[in-house]
Amino acid sequence: MSGPDTAAAIAADVRAGRRSAREVLDEHLARITRRDPELHAFNLVTVDEARRQAAAVDARVAAGEDPGPLAGVPLALKDNLCTRGIPTTCSSAILRGWRPPYDATVVERLRAAGAVTVGKTNLDEFAMGSSTENSAFGPTRHPMDPDRVPGGSSGGSAVAVAAGFAPLALGSDTGGSIRQPAALCGVVGVKPTYGVVSRYGLVAFGSSLDQIGPFASTVADAALALEVMGGHDPKDSTSIPQAAPSLSAVLGQGVAGLRVGIIDEMRTGIDPDVWARIEAAAEALTHAGATVGTVSVPAVTYGLTAYYIVAPAEASSNLARYDGVRYGLRVDAPDTATMNARTRAAGFGPEVTRRIMLGTYALSAGYYDAYYGKALKVRRLMAQEFDAAYGRFDVLLSPTSPTVAFPFGAKTENPLAMYLSDVCTIPSNLVGHPAMSVPFGTGAHGLPVGVQLLGPALSEPVLFRAARVLEEAMA
Amino acid sequence: MTTDVWATWELVVGLEVHAELATRTKIFCSCPNRFGDEPNTNVCPTCLGLPGSLPVLNRQAVELAIRLGKALHCTVAGSIFHRKNYFYPDMPKDYQVSQYDQPIDSGGWLELPSGFRVGVTRAHLEEDTGKSIHVGESGRIHGAEESLVDYNRAGVPLLEIVSEPDIRTPEQARAYVNELRAILVATGVSDAKMEEGSMRVDANVSVRRRGTERFGTRCEIKNLNSVRSLGRAIDYEARRQIGLLESGESIRQETRHWDESDGRTHTLRVKEDADDYRYFPEPDLVPVVPDEAWLDRVAGSLPLLPSQRRVRLAEAFGVEPTAEAVALLVERGQDDHALAALAAGGDGARVLVHEEHNLVVEGAVQHVAPGRLAALTRLEVGGKLTATQAKVVLADLVVAGGDADPEALAAAKGFEAMDTSAVTAAVDAAIAEDPDAWAKFLAGNDKAAGALVGRIMKATKGKADGKAINAELAARRDAASA
Amino acid sequence: MSERITIEEVAHVAKLARLELPPDQLAHYAEQLAGVLEHFADIDALDLTGVEPMTQPFPLVNVLRDDVEGPTLDRDEVLAAAPAALDGRFRVPPVLGGEP
Ligand SMILES: [Mg+2]
Ligand SMILES: [Zn+2]
Repeated sequence: MSGPDTAAAIAADVRAGRRSAREVLDEHLARITRRDPELHAFNLVTVDEARRQAAAVDARVAAGEDPGPLAGVPLALKDNLCTRGIPTTCSSAILRGWRPPYDATVVERLRAAGAVTVGKTNLDEFAMGSSTENSAFGPTRHPMDPDRVPGGSSGGSAVAVAAGFAPLALGSDTGGSIRQPAALCGVVGVKPTYGVVSRYGLVAFGSSLDQIGPFASTVADAALALEVMGGHDPKDSTSIPQAAPSLSAVLGQGVAGLRVGIIDEMRTGIDPDVWARIEAAAEALTHAGATVGTVSVPAVTYGLTAYYIVAPAEASSNLARYDGVRYGLRVDAPDTATMNARTRAAGFGPEVTRRIMLGTYALSAGYYDAYYGKALKVRRLMAQEFDAAYGRFDVLLSPTSPTVAFPFGAKTENPLAMYLSDVCTIPSNLVGHPAMSVPFGTGAHGLPVGVQLLGPALSEPVLFRAARVLEEAMA
Repeated sequence: MTTDVWATWELVVGLEVHAELATRTKIFCSCPNRFGDEPNTNVCPTCLGLPGSLPVLNRQAVELAIRLGKALHCTVAGSIFHRKNYFYPDMPKDYQVSQYDQPIDSGGWLELPSGFRVGVTRAHLEEDTGKSIHVGESGRIHGAEESLVDYNRAGVPLLEIVSEPDIRTPEQARAYVNELRAILVATGVSDAKMEEGSMRVDANVSVRRRGTERFGTRCEIKNLNSVRSLGRAIDYEARRQIGLLESGESIRQETRHWDESDGRTHTLRVKEDADDYRYFPEPDLVPVVPDEAWLDRVAGSLPLLPSQRRVRLAEAFGVEPTAEAVALLVERGQDDHALAALAAGGDGARVLVHEEHNLVVEGAVQHVAPGRLAALTRLEVGGKLTATQAKVVLADLVVAGGDADPEALAAAKGFEAMDTSAVTAAVDAAIAEDPDAWAKFLAGNDKAAGALVGRIMKATKGKADGKAINAELAARRDAASA
Repeated sequence: MSERITIEEVAHVAKLARLELPPDQLAHYAEQLAGVLEHFADIDALDLTGVEPMTQPFPLVNVLRDDVEGPTLDRDEVLAAAPAALDGRFRVPPVLGGEP
């Protein structure tokens, strides 16, 4: 997948008139037609829409205009990003067939930069899951072993990039939903600082945790995408009022003198084949001039609990609107309350139902202080500990996922076992810091392993520099 | 039940007023905030609660909340929004974005024209819901076959203004609402029209035996569409509760609906533990922390409030601020006009009387140039016109467009023919000379006036104006029967 | 079953969340929630006195919008997405009881 199929190479060719956007699109559509029936990365491939967009890019090139830094780059969108007139389902029966009357800000920005959106990718229903098994439209399969999961919840987007369906894809990350499938599928996945990318048009799961981010096959492509999609958006009150981080320009600056800390608490419960790659990554960074030490962030131990209180609590409120009144599914009943209750019982899958129940419980009278209130304090405590760690280190290092891609059904019976897949990724969401997963070799069964780089708020440039060093070490 | 119940029972009322803010756009989106448009035309992804949409707070809504906070002597502080979670089809997200434990305005008070102060617990910002029509036989929510929802109102900014349970009579409740409405209008915070629903009042009513400290169980009364309904509903509800308590029953905490047609309150909903709103901080919005400069600018730009205008008027005219005329003039917005007439050399007492009577057509006095009104009162106190004649001239002044010479108008009526004191003396003399005719006239026999008029004409050698005499007699009869 | 959550509580939660769940499913969720809540007990050991709750991952204040009208949606498009509509309005079965 390296070489001419990177987003950077495509955009350079299309802008220079060496290849047409149409040609690029057709190559990718051919790959999708060939393999997606088996993998099911996409809920919907928008062929006609993509052709129109590609034609528009080509017309601009023909007219001597510059279509932008992503000229003709095929882009896959997680199916929880609103696309005007194009079904946006969140892989849920409750939203089947719903066509948003507006585009998400990221979709607008990437299209304006010349990207060609090819379709909507599969996910765990409403992004709740770590395997893409919880989709109302069937699971997505791992491109290297169809009996295994690609991770989740943005499994479809990770597979779209890994299988060469699109050089760029967007996911959303509430507790690891970009980084974990990126790690399992062997691609780069970025969860930006909370507020760097507008959430406008992202169907909310856990509003104080959700961030949109890119999947790419190279660090440079991920940088390119984040530069286009990031930056202040007045439609999102939590959007940080500054321009997108400048990343491409600093990618080659290396890590000489950088202080890298391995998080002690993220060592336990990690499969040995995965841990071996962390040690290799530490070595590679040291070799490139960084100093590597270990650091303790004790509160991350409580991350899972805090996360599985906050995310379901916010979700229970965010998903109340699917009530059969204004859009989506309705199951008829003699009165509105019963209609709401039947519609929701029929429209939500088991994991979504479970989390709505859990979140409702955690917020209900008498339990707020014991659960939600406490979880918010854990977040603060964790942020304070991370701040202390960043006094001594510039970047922290950990596994992205405790294991390589696991077989279908391995964790579906036990929600807690599945929740443990996110143990290393959750802390960054709780504290709002950026983190990214970079492929770094393989583990058991020859399956990809990702290493996670973490940094303080707005430290994306440093993370990308370190990621680039690891990428080069693997080349 | 007699009114004696108030000797043993005490009424306790707290009011919750929802006022729609006079902004151009909604609180969290840029849809127009406009009443009466075609249904579902003022909607966007945010106020329809579409998946993926997000709120952004309207600066003007905050400005108006600060304005009201300052007008009600509240502490205006940093505040945050919460989500209040409950299912209702009028509410697009099935949660309401509202303020909970950190409202923007808290701890203020409102002074009634009587001088009584009602504590204001808090005033917080929140979004309004949409509006349903219930289709079916009754047109009411009960027994409807289906409901049809319009989201134009969804997301209209509201201030929920909560009073302390300081109110003790239905009259105070009415006065509170009238005063609050006057403040909302004066500050431009809301047009506060109860009939259009831009101001809605719920009353929390309870009773307790006089001398006891503990509050009784309260009922919340909804559907109060006018200030008059408010007073009636409170009175009815208090008596209902007293009746129950006196017959040994207890009050159930519930929400009750005021029915204008039968003059009663009816159970709408029993409060249960299902009222679990699962409040939590709204993660899609950030805190609002107005800086001192903003607060000072708003405080400095407040118009004179009704209470200040009452004091100003009372001081200028040398009367008590609690005088009924003072409250009335300020309520009608005639205080500036009255002050202008006074400044133009008018007689204070007479200006107040004319402003208060306000002629037949409401607001007519305001159409008279203050200088002309002042001149008219000078004619009165100078003995050129009787009170009755002055009233006639004032009416002519209004007809003439408000800017005519009252002396000329009086002359046209023939009022200048003689000194008013002479007319007054002649009328006094005629009544003294013919008490029988006066008694008959007082009893309602208008023909008896003829004898009196004849005597007056004779005594004044025909110089008196017949019309003026008749008017004077009628005025005296009115005064005698009052 | 854990004493952390009873089936009655689960039924109450389902009612709050407007989910019509049959009894066997209530029992199933009660069991699963109990397991998760048991895991949550780990934070009970944490001393959080004096720790301020963190409601925002990135602290911003006073994000405000000017009071200026913007575009609205086309009503036909909006109502076309509705399960039922009539006379320019969203249509729902009767609403029992008043607004809470
Ligand atoms: Mg309210
Ligand atoms: Zn709107």
